[in-house]
Amino acid sequence: MAETTVDTQKAADSTGMAYLNTLPRRVVTLYVPLFVFMVVLLFPFYWMAVTTFKPNDELYSYKENSPFLIKNPTLANVEKLLFNTNYPEWLFNTMLVAVVATALSIFASVLAAYAIQRLRFRGAQTIGLMIFLAYLVPPSILFIPLATIIYGLGLYDTSWALILTYPTFLIPFCTWLMMGYFKSIPYELEECALIDGATRLQILWRITLPLAVPGLISAGIFAFTLSWNEFIYALAFISSSEEKTVPVGVLTQLVEGDVYHWGALMAGALFGSLPVAVLYSFFVEYYVSSLTGAVKE
Amino acid sequence: MATAALNRTGSIVRKPLVDLLDNRNVLSVICMAPAAILLLTFLTYPLGLGVWLGFTDTKIGRPGFFIGLENYISLFDDSVFWLVVFNTLLYTTVATVLKFGLGLYLALLLNNHLPFKAILRAIILLPWIVPTVLSAIAFWWIYDAQFSILSYMLQKMGLIDQYIDFLGKPNNARASLIAANVWRGIPFVAICLLAGLQTISPSLYEAAALDGATPWQRFRHVTMPMLMPILSIVLTFSVLFTFTDFQLIYAITRGGPVNSTHLMATLAFQRAIPGGQLGEGAAIATAMIPFLVAATLSSYFGLQRRKWQQGESDG
Repeated sequence: MAETTVDTQKAADSTGMAYLNTLPRRVVTLYVPLFVFMVVLLFPFYWMAVTTFKPNDELYSYKENSPFLIKNPTLANVEKLLFNTNYPEWLFNTMLVAVVATALSIFASVLAAYAIQRLRFRGAQTIGLMIFLAYLVPPSILFIPLATIIYGLGLYDTSWALILTYPTFLIPFCTWLMMGYFKSIPYELEECALIDGATRLQILWRITLPLAVPGLISAGIFAFTLSWNEFIYALAFISSSEEKTVPVGVLTQLVEGDVYHWGALMAGALFGSLPVAVLYSFFVEYYVSSLTGAVKE
Repeated sequence: MATAALNRTGSIVRKPLVDLLDNRNVLSVICMAPAAILLLTFLTYPLGLGVWLGFTDTKIGRPGFFIGLENYISLFDDSVFWLVVFNTLLYTTVATVLKFGLGLYLALLLNNHLPFKAILRAIILLPWIVPTVLSAIAFWWIYDAQFSILSYMLQKMGLIDQYIDFLGKPNNARASLIAANVWRGIPFVAICLLAGLQTISPSLYEAAALDGATPWQRFRHVTMPMLMPILSIVLTFSVLFTFTDFQLIYAITRGGPVNSTHLMATLAFQRAIPGGQLGEGAAIATAMIPFLVAATLSSYFGLQRRKWQQGESDG
């Protein structure tokens, strides 16, 4: 009873009418559904991790021991993944492609967003709208013609094929995000610098960019994640095993005929997810702001 | 140059090159160039090329010739193509409805006063952050015919007698893929809608409550209209990316059993890359464009108009 009063008191302080809800009511209408959501959303990751560290004989015997626990944890699957497959190379390729494509996209997007938002050349509004529309063109309808272009340029089966095509979905997103950030920086600051005799490029480099650092971080980590997760281009433009990225490599190289090495597959999935998950855990707020920022604009 | 010099009368004397770089039009062109070159070469040009390829009989390693509407005519008579169109529409509709129903519910739950809210929000976004193919592989294992953990749990609870063949039967496979897509899509919808919910002032709810509005009426007449602008944009994106989904299907079923889970994107890939029929694949991909435009316009303007009808001017 006392607990309920404290709880209602606390709730009344913060949100308008929450005090109308009693604790038992909150448990049923709020905590139980939230708990169910959490369990469902996290279960595949738990299952991934459990399968990774399970020895093969436990993996296929649900009768003797509970499948949710590991009796004798093993690193055999991880070892197989690291030493018997090209996994380290895939990791390196993915990292290389993601970093270079992100850097290239950020460079192009910052300049484009600055020109559209601040230089306000004739037709800037139209170009801004066209960039937004470019964001709506899905890779699924571009990969076939792109494959012929990549082949024609002699880039087939190289990392360059991915580095040059990933910006097609990164630049629209990053430009849109940076335009929003530049808009929030007061124009008066730039006017002061102009009066003091700074050139426009100096203004961009010394004044606008330092103020837009949160936006740059948001755009950067988001672009990195999108490149890391990309699949269809990497599947279509790369054929040799050593050049593959993690998502494509795990799916196409770890399955041999009808034999599924679930332990190794799950290890590949787990360690392919970890880098973005770790990056994400450090920058949650930036992710949320770039996600919602891109939608709100 | 002359105007630039005129504009600067009274200011410090500069070198011509610096002056040229400071000209707004010259600088604009330079600034737009990297983005424009990349987007024109790898986005606009392939978009046009894709439409053109759809009218040719190009194969891998052999340039094609213009054959008019032949690809589209043969697709029109192809029962697999129509099955795939049906699959795609079914997949998009059911997955979108579920994603928005559950995502909105989750957003409303998170909009309450909660302990550890930041951590909760971080955990919820996780399925959306990790590579889709990798979580799809996890689902593939969860749906395994012999060792499905889902079947095991349901059997332990006494709900089923024998293991479910998740991916072996057409309708089971469709439902399983939709479930995996919804699992991945809920976080995006929930976090975006939560951001929208947080901008609604609590005083609106208080005013409505004072006027005697029930919780449902508060949701229907305060929350929904205020949420409409952001909802319409999130819906547009969600429909677009669900309709063109490729990864999940390719990873879990590759279109099987008997083409029952093929979507237009996976069929285009199958005919074009492993099948080598680039022209036909491009025609299937091009056939997605009218659907995409229709879906985008209806989800965007459909909801915008409702907002306008209700006399909301708030953006």
